Amino acid sequence: MSFADRAVRHASFVVGGVLVVLLLGTALLSFVWTPHSAFEIDVPAKLQAPSLQHWLGTDSLGRDIVSLLIVGSQNSIAVGLIAVGIGMGFGVSLGLLAAARRGWVEELVMRMADFTFAFPALLSAIMLTAIYGPGLATSIVAIGIFNIPVFARISRAAAHGVWARDYVLAARACGKGAWQITFVHVLPNIASGLIVQATIQFATAILAEAALSYLGLGTQPPQPSWGRMLNEAQTMLFQAPQLAIWPGLAIASSVLGLNLMGDGLRDLLDPRLARAR
Amino acid sequence: MSEPLLEVKDLRVRLNTARGPADALRGIAFTMQRGETVGLIGESGCGKSMTALALMGLLPHGARTSGSIRFEGRELCGLSDAAMCALRGDRIGMIFQEPMTALNPLHTIGDQVAEPLRQHRGMGGHEARAEALRLLDQVHLPQAARRLDAYPHQLSGGQRQRVMIAAALACGPDLLIADEPTTALDVTIQREILDLIAELVADSGMALLLISHDLGVMANNVARVMVMYGGTVAESGPTANVFARLAHPYTRGLFGARPRLGAARGQKLVTIRGRVPELVDMPQGCPFADRCDWVIDACRAELPPMIDVDEGHAARCIRVGEVLATPLALTPTLSQREREFVRLPLPLGEGGGEGNA
Repeated sequence: MSFADRAVRHASFVVGGVLVVLLLGTALLSFVWTPHSAFEIDVPAKLQAPSLQHWLGTDSLGRDIVSLLIVGSQNSIAVGLIAVGIGMGFGVSLGLLAAARRGWVEELVMRMADFTFAFPALLSAIMLTAIYGPGLATSIVAIGIFNIPVFARISRAAAHGVWARDYVLAARACGKGAWQITFVHVLPNIASGLIVQATIQFATAILAEAALSYLGLGTQPPQPSWGRMLNEAQTMLFQAPQLAIWPGLAIASSVLGLNLMGDGLRDLLDPRLARAR
Repeated sequence: MSEPLLEVKDLRVRLNTARGPADALRGIAFTMQRGETVGLIGESGCGKSMTALALMGLLPHGARTSGSIRFEGRELCGLSDAAMCALRGDRIGMIFQEPMTALNPLHTIGDQVAEPLRQHRGMGGHEARAEALRLLDQVHLPQAARRLDAYPHQLSGGQRQRVMIAAALACGPDLLIADEPTTALDVTIQREILDLIAELVADSGMALLLISHDLGVMANNVARVMVMYGGTVAESGPTANVFARLAHPYTRGLFGARPRLGAARGQKLVTIRGRVPELVDMPQGCPFADRCDWVIDACRAELPPMIDVDEGHAARCIRVGEVLATPLALTPTLSQREREFVRLPLPLGEGGGEGNA
């Protein structure tokens, strides 16, 4: 069975894939079309119930919620992709380096990871914004930096497991150097775990961006983001709970989609499971 | 005689264990000529695998090696890792005990056999693939052409071991190290794999260092055997001589503990009393002293030297004369009838769970 055949039959991969495509499609759509402007304030029309004109109603400033959600998806994707990208790029490299070199290199990398972990993500984000000023870019970098030790630890631990395997010894007996073994044997064997972790970190990044926006350090008004929508909804939770439900659902379904797709990818990329399915 | 292929002198390996430094090898010395077949035999933890790993420069982190390993006249001890990489898989090939785990589950077997060819011969994809197919045919893998794109989990244990052998032989090494190549396989497959190795060794003229805890495997596959105990060579010599005379008390113990076909019903196996000392607790003198029936005070004073018994046959025992004078009846050896049976490898009865180095 080809990869595509197996992918189509993998239920959770299909569901996750559909949700992720929906998310990406929404973000792309936002560049060309939204039902209303996401920036135009229309106070008399505030807190409207869903109607033909405003499908999901309006928020406390009279902005169309559908439009806010569509434009807000840009930020969520940007934060998720770039922060996870930073975390994976640096973290996995450092973790693989630590596992391959051992000794003081490993000590140094892991103690640096501990050091980064010792600061709460929010604290390091506040520190960064104090230096570079609040904004989306700063918060993405701060979240990304917090992702680095997460990936460094996971990849180091998983790589250690692979380095202890007989096939690595066999590869060394074939004359392969540490770098070749790292890329040919170690990385592919830990990739599935990293993919799953990446989807989790993607979800965490979206949530972290929401938290930073709440503190006024993330996305700056009037630029909408799901996190900011949640935070604005918080003040009116009893008058208008629906304001929190829509961005919450958007975040939840993106995270669910990413997790399902990550799980599915892990299964599909494993040749041992290729036959069983 | 020309320069030996491999010359090992006073090879020592010290490991850092949780209980402090431990000497895993205490001065191993041997030479191998081109095309010679040598066996390393001994129980778990005696240093067989450690010797193989030291030859390959693949000792665990923190291990300290001293002594000399000369391969084709070139000193390997202290050689840079890059230089060792160029040698490994090219001039020296190695087969491992566990074919189930020694192949990467994520790569096709064709790729894994081709790996050393790309690595050392700089072959491109097509060329390496064709050569891999030829090698898989050479190791008699059934339907090799169809199996090139198979993954390891799709093959049986014996087939995987054939793939391992093909990869080890890819570059036509001068020395093949086989570390317990049949321990993880069932008995009929063991025989096939050993026959295959013997055939390939005879065809290519490479030297074979066969490691096993199985006396039957040794009896039929190597010209010379070294019995190892506690990180030292206890006895070495031509296989027939060693097995006929059993000059070292430990060798006699090994043979006594071997289950035999045709033994009387209810007859108990002889055991060697005591147990192998931990590496950290290895005594200063003869490592076998505490378990030996011939032990005297001098045995414990210092490590006994190798004492020649015969042409090319030596034992590390100061009382070797008295041991040899003791009738073999006390420590049974192979009868003519058993020689026929021993062609089927007989496990020594240590449970098969050979601890890897």
